[in-house]
Amino acid sequence: MWTIFHRWASPPYFYRQSTRLLPWLSAICALLIIAGLIGGLILAPSDYQQGESYRIIYIHVPSAWMSLFIYMVMASSGAIALIWRIKLAEVMLVASAPIGASFTLLALLTGVLWGKPMWGAWWVWDARLTSELLLLFLYLGIIALYNAIDDKRRAASAIAVLALVGVVNIPIIHYSVQWWSTLHQGPTVTKFGAPSIYIGMLIPLLLMALGFMLFYAISVLLRARTELLAREAASRWVREMLEEA
Amino acid sequence: MREFFAMGGYAFYVWTSYALACVILAWNILLPHRVHKRFISRLRRRLTQRTQA
Repeated sequence: MWTIFHRWASPPYFYRQSTRLLPWLSAICALLIIAGLIGGLILAPSDYQQGESYRIIYIHVPSAWMSLFIYMVMASSGAIALIWRIKLAEVMLVASAPIGASFTLLALLTGVLWGKPMWGAWWVWDARLTSELLLLFLYLGIIALYNAIDDKRRAASAIAVLALVGVVNIPIIHYSVQWWSTLHQGPTVTKFGAPSIYIGMLIPLLLMALGFMLFYAISVLLRARTELLAREAASRWVREMLEEA
Repeated sequence: MREFFAMGGYAFYVWTSYALACVILAWNILLPHRVHKRFISRLRRRLTQRTQA
């Protein structure tokens, strides 16, 4: 386990392996999302209360899950970067931020589009919506802070601290629908016991969630590779790779 | 087919959501891909300049 971890933390190994991995990840990701779309838009029955409008769930819920998941990845990378000064952890932290911001924005926008027909309001200032909006500002703050500091290693340490401080927001988002009274519906999948969602609706949701997860992997690899090259531009492996190709 | 696109009267909300997802996901692939390609060609140019000098 540790030897695998150490090998992947080495920039040339990471770069070479990710080049080989990307086409496979892309193919599986495309298959998952296509299957999820067919299941969600065509095969799944309409909801007895919300009619066809509930089909927004197949975008909204996976992107909301990803907005939290990516933040946790960033906080963990931040901790690793601060403690062990591993370059790759810094790179993953930086590369994840715009993708996390994108998924947060997508969750908020699709929430607005779902809220209007179901609640009669585009936006309400309740706990779930407000804490998710705060998450978007956290992501944007991390990106802005990184770009404001010229020394990229110092910049990475600064955003690692910010990412770790912001972690308090994550359980607040997750439990907000239980702690405060809200218009937002409670959890139907991520609770103890059996999920209270019909299986024909659940399977496409899980397919989309897996697809989004792989999408994040692809996008973060693409960004991390550029970031890694920029930091290692003077090193020998980069020169050798450029001469090879 | 027309029924499918009508989404039980919620067409605007459902299809706008899917279109937004499409745009945001595409942006997250195309942009990093282009930045990466451009960066590689810049590195390569710098390398050939240095070998010529």
